[in-house]
Amino acid sequence: MSAAPPAPVVQMTGISIAFPGVKALDDVGFRLFPGEVHALMGENGAGKSTLIKALTGVYQIDSGRIEVEGREVRLDGPSQAQAAGISTVYQEVNLCANLTVAENVMLGHEVRHGPFIDWRATRRKAAEYLHRLHLDVDPRSMLSSHTIAVQQLCAIARALVVDAKVLVLDEPTSSLDNAEVAELFRVVRSLKDDGVAVLFVSHFLDQIYEISDRITVLRNGRLVGEHMIADLPRRDLIAAMIGKSGDALAGIEEKARSTITIHSDREEPFLTAVGLGKNGSVQPFDVDLYAGEILGVAGLLGSGRTELARLLSGADRPDTGDVRVQSALTRLTSPLAALSRGIAYSTEDRKKEGIVGDLTVRENIALAMQARRGTWRPIPRRQLDDVVARYITALQISPPNPNALIRNLSGGNQQKVLLARWLATAPRLLILDEPTRGIDVGAKAEIQKLVTELAQDGMSVVFISSELEEVLRLSQRLVVMRDRQKVDELVNTDDVTTATILETIAESGARA
Amino acid sequence: MSPTTAPGQRAAGPARGSRGADVWREVTHHGLFWPLLALVLLILACGVASPGFLDVTVRDGHLFGQLVDLMRNSATPLLLALGMCLVIATGGIDLSVGAVMAIALAVSLTYLDNAADPSAPGTVLTAVLLGLAVGGLGGMFNGAMVAGLGIQPFIATMILMVAGRGIAMLITQGQITTVTSPPFKSIGSGFVLGVPTPVVIAVVTFGLVVLLVRRTALGMFLESIGINREASRLAGVRSRRTTWTVYVIAGVLAGLAGLVYGAPTMAADANNIGLMKELDAIMVVVLGGTKLDGGRFYLGGLLVGAMLLSTLERAVIIFQLPSQTTPLFKALVLIAVCVAASPTLRAMLRGRRRADRSDAPAAPVETTPAQEVTA
Repeated sequence: MSAAPPAPVVQMTGISIAFPGVKALDDVGFRLFPGEVHALMGENGAGKSTLIKALTGVYQIDSGRIEVEGREVRLDGPSQAQAAGISTVYQEVNLCANLTVAENVMLGHEVRHGPFIDWRATRRKAAEYLHRLHLDVDPRSMLSSHTIAVQQLCAIARALVVDAKVLVLDEPTSSLDNAEVAELFRVVRSLKDDGVAVLFVSHFLDQIYEISDRITVLRNGRLVGEHMIADLPRRDLIAAMIGKSGDALAGIEEKARSTITIHSDREEPFLTAVGLGKNGSVQPFDVDLYAGEILGVAGLLGSGRTELARLLSGADRPDTGDVRVQSALTRLTSPLAALSRGIAYSTEDRKKEGIVGDLTVRENIALAMQARRGTWRPIPRRQLDDVVARYITALQISPPNPNALIRNLSGGNQQKVLLARWLATAPRLLILDEPTRGIDVGAKAEIQKLVTELAQDGMSVVFISSELEEVLRLSQRLVVMRDRQKVDELVNTDDVTTATILETIAESGARA
Repeated sequence: MSPTTAPGQRAAGPARGSRGADVWREVTHHGLFWPLLALVLLILACGVASPGFLDVTVRDGHLFGQLVDLMRNSATPLLLALGMCLVIATGGIDLSVGAVMAIALAVSLTYLDNAADPSAPGTVLTAVLLGLAVGGLGGMFNGAMVAGLGIQPFIATMILMVAGRGIAMLITQGQITTVTSPPFKSIGSGFVLGVPTPVVIAVVTFGLVVLLVRRTALGMFLESIGINREASRLAGVRSRRTTWTVYVIAGVLAGLAGLVYGAPTMAADANNIGLMKELDAIMVVVLGGTKLDGGRFYLGGLLVGAMLLSTLERAVIIFQLPSQTTPLFKALVLIAVCVAASPTLRAMLRGRRRADRSDAPAAPVETTPAQEVTA
């Protein structure tokens, strides 16, 4: 990094944005200097993307001021942001896949003769820009014929064409492999040397520490702080994001963990995975799951938690590794295959991958059970009514009306219906991915209690949650994930605290 | 939840206001209210314009009359719409049913043409089974394209829609194959216990499909796939196999429709059999209250839809309008029924469109008015 730069290219002060019922940004300040890579960090809902959208003109600010190169600007739309020299490269490439590389790079800036486009000159110019990024692609090739990484670099080349002073990279690395990330970072560094200010958002801590010069942390729509990267060790960063200092975390941790003792007589595990992995999803991992035990999975978003669950539940097919269910070698080729071996998976995305909105509560509960029986053996009506009534009572689903459409229920009740769906299949292993996200405190406690009871009754449970306290309170063993790999496994004894886990996440990062 | 349940019943709101108004609301919100009203009005109008339209007489032990003819003409669209409805439930569409009709008829008649005795019962049975099998083959092809290769249903079935008539032409060697086979002919123009055979075939098939779909878990799986394919897959539903099955069913029904439609004339005209019938089938499905974006489907509505369609075609003749204008009137009825049943329009008339907006960004708020939950 060079010496302290003179004046910020972007200065945002007192930014507030409110949505109905939510204050997304509350008096946030943010600055961006030329020739630096500035990481914007925060958990989900911290306001990162809102801030980016304010900067790129997608959202209008309610109050505050935005200055670009010392002049106040009004960004009422993306085109104004672009005109002000702010370019954005999104996680999912926002170019036209069915146009050529040259067309994409030069879109709107083609070399013209009157009303006509000089394609040869346009291609030549595109090639120049690509060359500046040391990108060796044929400008005439279709954008879609290239990897996501190359497409992203093309998007960056496009930012050069519009002569961007600020480049916003929103989760650019989430679908790239290591070599591609290295390539991207090389380009980012050379842009930085040219004096471009880069705003970088990523869930990968390693990458943040590799490329950034400065970090701004947001939490719950407020500014927590701005630090030089050297002044903010990983642990402090995570603590700042989560909102508790490491020491304080260590203090309050008081385990309600419970009557369940750890199985010392480790019979055989219900499920054993060896070297299970999938390219671009999660690195090969080993794990044993025991009956009557809750295994907690801790890690930040994007650490590979969900990917691990998807491999164990047949939702994704692994590239490598073996799974044994009750010591019999098994291939979990589909969710149905897993289900018929007693493995149920409740997904993280309730709306997209969980509920079937226009079906009734009854049908939503019946779905997995019926799928297991097959199309031609419908569950007898009376039996189904019994099952549905039992779960509606046991889980206190409200309204207790089996004919209500599930989309009309609140989030917490939808989650309970989904739990009922899986429990109705009498699973031996229940994988819960963020079962308490976005539901109110009462329902949350009920679900936690239920999970404990299920384990006591001999079910094997995998519990994934962003809330470390929750994972810690419920589980007997913990798997720690970071950067799409399993980095540690610990027994949840009394001296394990959230601070310990944070340390594990941070340290294993430093070690890597 | 009887098989013939129509939209609106389940989603009907809680009781509010006076009792009479409630009943009125309940009735008008029933998905079949507007199509049924249109059907009744149209039949009455025909009755006024053409005295004797409503008369049904028994001649030689057979039912005769305009209404009986209407039912006979409804058979083909109903058979097609049955398959189409199931396909649409999965979020798909089958544009090839018209062409499949032509292929099935061409194969059946060509087989009869080459048979030693086209009137022998065994030969006719084989011809019928061949026609159905060919329809099934077409469905397998469609299903493989859609479920196996993941091609968009519109495009995938358009292939057979375009190529199908060529295939039928190859089978008939460019001729309009005509055969004489009274038993085969009776499929289209005969009577069973006084009722026209096509009507019997359509009603029996309707009953079988209802049983197949509602007495097994197939119907629920179709709806769940149509509403949320990924959630269904994760819940263990074999969505690809189920989708494929539905295209096969649609193909077999299209084959059957081809035989019923072509039997009275016994002429395999590859160019004209089933022309534009796929659009009729889609229209019947829509008139029956099933939405094109998949999910919930209503087989009972198909009966009304099919009758409405054939009554409309007849009404154009009765009112002595040029028959080329029939499509225009189909379009008008379709627009009228869809607009009347449009939830958006109803909401606008009630002056509250706010409910739609809560889907927007921000927090995970309840997306529905609380009243439905507390009911």
